[in-house]
Amino acid sequence: MIPGPFDYHRPASVADAVKLLTDFGDDARALAGGHSLVPMMKLRLAAPTHLVDLHGIAGLKGIRRDGHSIVIGAMTTQHELLASDEIATTLPILQETALLIADPQVRYRGTIGGNVANGDPGNDMPALMLTLGATYRLEGPSGAREVAASEFYQGAYFTALEPGEILTAVSIPIPPTGHGYAYEKLKRKVGDYATAAAAVVLTMAGGKVASCAIGLTNLHETPLLAVDAAKAVIGTSLDAVSLKKAAAAAEAIMSPAADARGPVEYRKHVGGIMVTRALQRAAARAK
Amino acid sequence: MAKTHVTMKVNGAEVEGLVEPRTLLVHFIRENLQLTGTHIGCETTHCGACTVDIDGMSVKSCTMFAVQADGSDIMTIEGVANADGTLSALQEGFRMMHGLQCGFCTPGMIIRAQRLLQENPQPSEQEIRMGISGNICRCTGYQNIVRAIQYAAAKINGVEFKEAAE
Repeated sequence: MIPGPFDYHRPASVADAVKLLTDFGDDARALAGGHSLVPMMKLRLAAPTHLVDLHGIAGLKGIRRDGHSIVIGAMTTQHELLASDEIATTLPILQETALLIADPQVRYRGTIGGNVANGDPGNDMPALMLTLGATYRLEGPSGAREVAASEFYQGAYFTALEPGEILTAVSIPIPPTGHGYAYEKLKRKVGDYATAAAAVVLTMAGGKVASCAIGLTNLHETPLLAVDAAKAVIGTSLDAVSLKKAAAAAEAIMSPAADARGPVEYRKHVGGIMVTRALQRAAARAK
Repeated sequence: MAKTHVTMKVNGAEVEGLVEPRTLLVHFIRENLQLTGTHIGCETTHCGACTVDIDGMSVKSCTMFAVQADGSDIMTIEGVANADGTLSALQEGFRMMHGLQCGFCTPGMIIRAQRLLQENPQPSEQEIRMGISGNICRCTGYQNIVRAIQYAAAKINGVEFKEAAE
């Protein structure tokens, strides 16, 4: 399997990359880790005639603290997230999730920017970004702008990215110390996309849920924030009735595709179970 | 299509070649460099048979373009043996523990396991299984591959290899 022919560009700055993407328009694609795009190119499901490789832009890598947020450069790999002490301390749910993405080889190359910007409903990081209230930095021909992750996803592979724009960084507010977290992912095998997955970040006070956010992966054409499900558990001790209500509220907004991972009803059912398990595990971790 | 000149270090030797931008790294390694130990299995980033070590990372060379490897330092299975030609600890482990049957996945397994042991010299069985989860073997059921890696880890750490009780 050999991709169609293309011209390879390796710009050294975001400005140069934006210019190339703008000049070549629909014929060009930005290349990050390449572990979604290159397989698509080999299958000829994607055939860009200009490939703009972002690996030459030094400023797109790295993890830093900026006030009460963690800012992660778009070209930071999943492997680098897993190796980061900063992430281990402030955002451990990112590491729990990254470990469930593909396999070690893919994680050496796959980037957080590519994962969140591709708009693939099967990618794991987008729902996490909704759950954590992240914002994305987009840089394009008319300058830079910040877009909330919750405003970014419009449909499968359709995002708020305008022509010529590149997602350059992800900014995540640091959750409170002692927060509980969990990412529950049901998959058929290592390396698979989720049949259903749920992210939970919560805080507990006096044995009751004080705050809670729930995100859903691969249960709709975009990642989802399960707002009503989260509301259903706030103020509760996550008793069986509240958990059941939360799972039902989450299932009510799911509309997964029927595919090899299962029929719609099954995927919604296990989606509810992922929500329940993630809530319980997050609560057990909260201090 | 215009070709691009690339240079890289492969198994310690400087190599160069002319490639189309769309040439996959695995094709450059196998066809231009005639290093056919790196195998092409699934071609869809699943099986790991094409795994090579690039600048300290295990990478599926079917999912990277040769132009992207320009200037990098690569090790393939051909570079694994000790300088005096004897088997490396991992190669010996695969031989002693019967870690291969048809052998197709073995180059990728060994290259991947080598990086795993460099990052984590004393992996648990679970860490080994997760560490090679990007490499598919259809013969062995992995049991003896895990043993082979445990054997190599013991040898590298200078301790006696003891098989876990069944």
